[in-house]
Amino acid sequence: MSIADTTRTPEQMGRDAIGRTEAQVIGTSPIERTSALEREEELFTINMGPHHPATHGVLRLLVSLEGEVVRDLKPVMGYVHTGIEKSAEQKSYWKVIPFLERMDYLSYYFNMEAFCGAVERLLELEIPPRAAYLRVIHMELNRIHSHLVGLGTTALDLGAISMFWYCFRERDTILDLFEMSSGARMHTRYFQVGGVIEDIPVGFERKVLEFCDLMPERIDQYAALLDQNEIFLQRTRNTGVVSRERLLELGVTGPLLRAAGEPWDLRKVHDYLPYDDFEFDIPIGTVGDNYDRYRVRLNEMRESVRIIRQAVEGLPEGPFAADDRKVVLPPRHELSTSMESLIHHFKLVTEGFRVPPGEAYFPIEGPRGELGCFVVADGSSKPVRVHMRDPSFVNLQALRDMCVGGYVADLIANLAMLDPILGGIDR
Amino acid sequence: MPDAPGLELIAQEVNTRHEGAVLGTSFEHGQATLLVSGDSIVEVLTYLKEAPGQEYDILSSLHGVDYLPAEPRFAVHYELLNMPRVERLRVKALLPDPGGDALPELDSVYGVFPGADFQEREVYDFFGILFRGHPDLRRILMPEDYVGWPQRRDFPVGGEPVIFTNTEHTVPGWIR
Repeated sequence: MSIADTTRTPEQMGRDAIGRTEAQVIGTSPIERTSALEREEELFTINMGPHHPATHGVLRLLVSLEGEVVRDLKPVMGYVHTGIEKSAEQKSYWKVIPFLERMDYLSYYFNMEAFCGAVERLLELEIPPRAAYLRVIHMELNRIHSHLVGLGTTALDLGAISMFWYCFRERDTILDLFEMSSGARMHTRYFQVGGVIEDIPVGFERKVLEFCDLMPERIDQYAALLDQNEIFLQRTRNTGVVSRERLLELGVTGPLLRAAGEPWDLRKVHDYLPYDDFEFDIPIGTVGDNYDRYRVRLNEMRESVRIIRQAVEGLPEGPFAADDRKVVLPPRHELSTSMESLIHHFKLVTEGFRVPPGEAYFPIEGPRGELGCFVVADGSSKPVRVHMRDPSFVNLQALRDMCVGGYVADLIANLAMLDPILGGIDR
Repeated sequence: MPDAPGLELIAQEVNTRHEGAVLGTSFEHGQATLLVSGDSIVEVLTYLKEAPGQEYDILSSLHGVDYLPAEPRFAVHYELLNMPRVERLRVKALLPDPGGDALPELDSVYGVFPGADFQEREVYDFFGILFRGHPDLRRILMPEDYVGWPQRRDFPVGGEPVIFTNTEHTVPGWIR
């Protein structure tokens, strides 16, 4: 669908478009917006945020209202911009990792993987199978954790406060697992270029499997809590519908796109980690409304549990990091016996490793969509440019399409289901 | 991904339609890159999006790079994606530095890929590249009254004083 042709039939808009206001049916491009607005009598522009609890961070929305109906919406962001991309240019590669983790603060393992993957591609470094499996386990745990926070806060915005506590209970279990493997609950800096920073401790696999036994039951409980909640159903069904074509035009990826019926998941199509070894499905929606987005996220958690279980049960033995001493730190115990290891350690810690000139864009499937890291190297030990293509940033463009023509109360539901992380948007 | 010969074929196809649009190609780490001149970026992307056999109809990322001291200095990267074939193609528009206070200019691809909206604003915000024809080209992450292009390589880090209540009288223009 081109921009000039955004007129949608009720069929394209989903289950029932009856009761929708005209502006949503007319279209959503700025050109048509003006013609749509000319018919209106009076608009009232209000400011939502930046410190509104329902904005999931520090997002400001300029909303034009006609009565209770949203006629136009402009997101204003940048309130938590900290210049991480610029700071990354001043640091050697291994020091960039903790910076990038803090961008999208709910998907730190994904941020690390995107950056480490890009640098590994530039170095043409293969990571050992055990490291790849450990990365998969942690990333899928992180995906569940991120969806849990998203689900809990969404339900909180829609008035179901108990969901928030239940989701955060399981989230805490995951954070305990992170603490066990890396010593930190958030921003773990567990991945390093060439593998992971250290092997998992004894008992970690058992704890993860316990979690895998527990989690499907918990997901059923969440579904029981929300699927039989009339208020939740009325707030989410048929609200915020955006067609698949429009989402693709806007570059939207992740659960939002899958809820609209496009089975696009980078875990299936790119071989950045050994996802081929695991059996899992891609949940998709049919309508693309908020209810579908919630269902897709819920089922993605189930699929993540399946992946984690298979990864833990098939976890290969072997080294947890590549055996390239020019890049990966030598094991601690070698420092007291081997002069060479000491030299490597010293060089890596003081100067860092050098990356041959080149450019790499490394896309992975984050919890919110395509998370791409773009790295330019010039042969020195610091990157020339690090850019994160954050899915929240791109997905936020779809918020206008979701909200225009709906009620202002639906705006809250739409924003919550969009699940933006402002740390990732502002970087 | 198109392989190296496939990339050459694409380059040739584009060049027969738009004379001199493709300046070169590069193929590294399995990633095909088309180098194009800034003047013909919209034509090239429209062709790659719509021509049968190409159909790179998703713009998955758009970002700017400052290659100082290389010449041409700036580049805007377009990471295109064809979903059915799972092929990625990078198009790189090269922009020379016009010098002085003048800003490099490039046509906006908003008409071809509406998803470029925020990302073009981001490149404008950080690199000072003007996108001609963008409907709403304002700063997006930095404050609207900010002066300078912070992600350029010659922009210093830490050049700004941090304002606290006890130091605000030392910052010119802060207290009226």
